[in-house]
This record gives sequence, structure tokens and C-alpha cells, in this order.
Amino acid sequence: MSSAYELAASIRSGDQSALAVVDASFDAIKERDDEIHAFLHLTKQRAQAQAKAVDETVANGGDPGPLAGVPVAIKDNMCTRGEPTTCSSKILDGWRPPYDATVIGRLEAAGAVIVGKTNLDEFAMGSSTENSAFGPTRNPHDTTRVPGGSSGGSAAAVAADFVPLSLGSDTGGSIRQPAALCGVVGVKPSYGAVSRYGLIAFASSLDQIGPFAQNVTDAALCFDVISGHDPMDATSIPTALTPTLPTLNEGVAGMRIGLIDELMGEGIDDDVIARTNQAAEALTAAGATVERVSIPATIYGLAAYYLIAPAEASSNLARFDGVRYGQRVEGQNVAAMNVATRSAGFGDEVKRRIMLGTYALSSGYYDAYYGKAQRVRTLIANEFATAYQSFDLLLSPTSPSTAFEIGAKSDPMALYMCDVCTIPSNLAGHPAMSVPFGVGDDGLPVGVQILAPMLEEARMFKAAKALEEAAKGMS
Amino acid sequence: MSGEITRDEVAHVASLARLRLDDNELDTFTEQLCVVLETAAELNSLDLSDVPPMAQPYPLSNVMRPDVIVLSLDRDEVLAQAPDTEDGRFRVPPALGEAP
Repeated sequence: MSSAYELAASIRSGDQSALAVVDASFDAIKERDDEIHAFLHLTKQRAQAQAKAVDETVANGGDPGPLAGVPVAIKDNMCTRGEPTTCSSKILDGWRPPYDATVIGRLEAAGAVIVGKTNLDEFAMGSSTENSAFGPTRNPHDTTRVPGGSSGGSAAAVAADFVPLSLGSDTGGSIRQPAALCGVVGVKPSYGAVSRYGLIAFASSLDQIGPFAQNVTDAALCFDVISGHDPMDATSIPTALTPTLPTLNEGVAGMRIGLIDELMGEGIDDDVIARTNQAAEALTAAGATVERVSIPATIYGLAAYYLIAPAEASSNLARFDGVRYGQRVEGQNVAAMNVATRSAGFGDEVKRRIMLGTYALSSGYYDAYYGKAQRVRTLIANEFATAYQSFDLLLSPTSPSTAFEIGAKSDPMALYMCDVCTIPSNLAGHPAMSVPFGVGDDGLPVGVQILAPMLEEARMFKAAKALEEAAKGMS
Repeated sequence: MSGEITRDEVAHVASLARLRLDDNELDTFTEQLCVVLETAAELNSLDLSDVPPMAQPYPLSNVMRPDVIVLSLDRDEVLAQAPDTEDGRFRVPPALGEAP
């Protein structure tokens, strides 16, 4: 399948029909998704109706928008009206939301065609998409390996060329890490840049929706469509955002880029470090100045995150009580019904995080755990602010390793370590993205992470584009 | 914080979170939560007395919308997704009675 911007251009000019493009997407899914399991549910009727509407607009001389007829896959933790939305959890099996998430409306208003809902770690808690009540997703580059997670289905759908674009959500790395493992571009925007209305909450002060794409231009195009103020999300930034597409090709000449010391050593595989160093050299060759920078607090990010995110999750997931939506297991009174429903409906990782969060917030422990983690968060944000006095952007690996074998990481802490490079951006609220840059010793994709100050997505995308150009020259 | 949590504490936390764990689950979760809390204990080495806590990265306060009536979700459509309803409302088992 062509890139999103090429598809949209050919559909807008009438060279291709949106209906033919979406049917080709469904054919590709039918061909290979039994093996990959990127999708939990296909939205065929809705997709074909939207594609026909796009074709009619073109036939009538109108413009369906910048994503005209582009098939898009959606992580199954974003609400789609009348279509299943499960969060890969038994507790929401069968639920059909009565409304669309804001991002769904924005995509369709721009002409995009929603083709289906993708697999994830239950409630976005995980780094491998093994932890889904509906079975794991497999990495299209090697089906014995994980695609990363939690947005593994959305990453795999783009990597397998089922769709040129998809949406994921990123709380601690859930877009960037699977993007790295699947060899695609993945973007976590600034906190508040993309509306979270209709995204089923995991950790509200960290969650952010963002795109996966096969190239940087498509990711920029999608980001420009889905970002911007939404009165339905009280954390949505009300000021106008700078579009990223117009300046995409401006290059990195004169930019100062800091390579984060703490993420270039212990715990990171040698081949990943080697590719990241090569990326730094490529950016230097493109005219940037790259220097090492120490951000000591980043090493405390993981510990802080695994208190803050579970604490917020324990509160957010209290709503799944068998009363208003999803599954109910009966009990003799309402409390017994709540307990029976939650015990049967949630998987182990979700239970573990709810328990951890409940403990961290409980009387006598709040200051020691949650309060302390919130102070570390300030520390990380302050150190980033200091680094950005000397640097325009920062650089690091996205994931400590390439894609690992399915079943290889059975203990929770080993999986939590996958997020060590990505968590600091969520804690600070800053944008960051993963760009594919070569392969590891095992021949599997490596991703390099570009980090930017708050709301500097346009600058981040320029460097991503430069890295992408450099990666094309490698082999 | 020492990074230790006892089996009894795990059972208590589960009851606070409205979860029921069997004996095997209690053992496994106790062990796993101890490992995570040991990692969290790394934060003890930091002196954070002068660092204020951060609740969210882009603080906006008093976010208001104009006080005008707008369409809300359709009641029947919402209730159609509930496990049990009666007379346009969610229906639940009795709230009073034996604790679980």
C-alpha cells in the first residue's frame, strides 16, 4: 500500500477510489491477520460507508480532506460509536460505546476511513501485547517475536502494511516502544496536544494519543489532523498549536542535539547503542551539533512511573464495577457483585497494578510512595528544562532491545524495564517519537528516540525527517 | 518505604480494591509486589524536601465552558449497554446486607 499522503493525493484527484483502497486494505488483513492478530474487530460497514462518502465528495468536485480515503486502524481503547471497544479486557467484552472519541471524529472529518480496532495489552498495561484477553499480537518481521506494547496491534497493522496509519496511546512508551520493535514511526505528542475525550483512561496525567506511520511525513500529516484544542477534554491545551507539515523538510542545520548519557549504557543492548550513535553521526553529517548530556534523574523515572501510573489506574479503573457497562457477575448485594465482576473481568497484570496503586495511595503510605514519586516527576522536568537551555532536542534509544521472543519475559519487572527510555517524556509531559534506524545484530528493527521540549513537535519532526533520510542511505 | 509488603497487607489492599484473590494469587502477588516496591525504594536515596510535587505536566486550572445547554448522550443508547436497567435507570442488587 502507498503512503498516506500519496493515497490521499490520488483519491483527491480522482485517480483512485477510496472504496477500492479500503477494500485492498481489508484484503491484506484477510490475507495475513490470522497470523499477526493485529485486529480485534473490523469496522467494515462504517469503513465502506465513509469511503463511498469520500468518493462522492470527489465526484461532486469537493475536497474530502487531507486524509481522503486513507485507511486507519485504531487501538481498541478509543471509543467508536456502536462498534466494540474492549481495551482487550473481558470486563468490556460486548460493550458498544454510545459515542466516538474526538480523534475518531477528527480523522473522519479529514476524510480518513476507520477500518478496525487493534489489539493491546489489557487496558494498555504492558510492553508486549501478550497481555490481551484475546491472545497476543505477533511481530510482522518475525512472528515468533512480540510487536512491543501496549499499542502492539496498531504498530503491527502498519508494519504488516495492512494500513498506512494507525493510532495508539502512550502512557509510558506504549506508542514509541512498539514502533521501534516493528520498524515504524511512532509519536507521543505533548501532553494536552491531542484530545483524550473517548480514550479509556489508564493514567490520566500521562496518557496521550498519537500516530503510527510507515514514514515521518505521514506521521506529521496525521498529527496535524488529530491535534488541537477540544472543549470536551479539560486537559486539552487551549492555545493554537504549530502545524508540523509545512516545516518538515527544513533539516537540522544549526540544531544542538543532546545524546542522553544515562540511556546509553547499562541495561541497553550494545547493538541498540551502536545504532543510536550512528543516528547521532547522521544528524551531525546533516548539520546538527550533537553532544553528550547527563540527565541524572532519568534513572529514577521507572521507579516513579510504577507508582504514579498504577495509582492513577487504581482510581480510573474503579469505574468498572458491573453497573453501567460491560460484563456483570451477579452477587447477593452490590458490593459482592462488584467484587465478583472485577475478579472475573480483569486479568492478572491489571489486578497487579490496581493493587500496587491502591497500596501506594493508602493511608500511611501516600507520602512515602505517591507523594515522593510526584516530587521525582518535578526533578525530571527540571533537569529536562536545564538541558533544553543548551539543546534544541535530545536523542536516545527508544527500547533497550529489539523485539524479544513471545513468552521470554514472564516476570513483571523484566517487562517494566522495557519502558526505561520512554517513561521520562511521559513524566515531563514532553513530546517524543521513535524513528526506525537500521537493524540490530538479530536483523530486527531498531528505533531511535527524538525528544523535544513542550509543544515543539514541529522541531522534533524536522529532525525525524532528517534521520529518516539518513536511514535510507544505510543498508 | 522498605519495599516489603506482607501477605495480609496484600489481602487487605485487594479488599479495598474490590478484588478477590485465591491463596495462590495471594502468594504470587505478594512476591511480585515486593519486587516492584523494592525498585520504588530506590527513591529513598533522593533528598526531595525542597522539590514540590507535580500532579500533571501542563497545569490548567478552572477550565470552564459557556453555561449553555448542549446535547448530551442519548439515555436509551447509554442504558442499552448496561448489564441491567429498570425504568430508565441502572439496576443493581441490594446495596445493604452482608459484606462480601
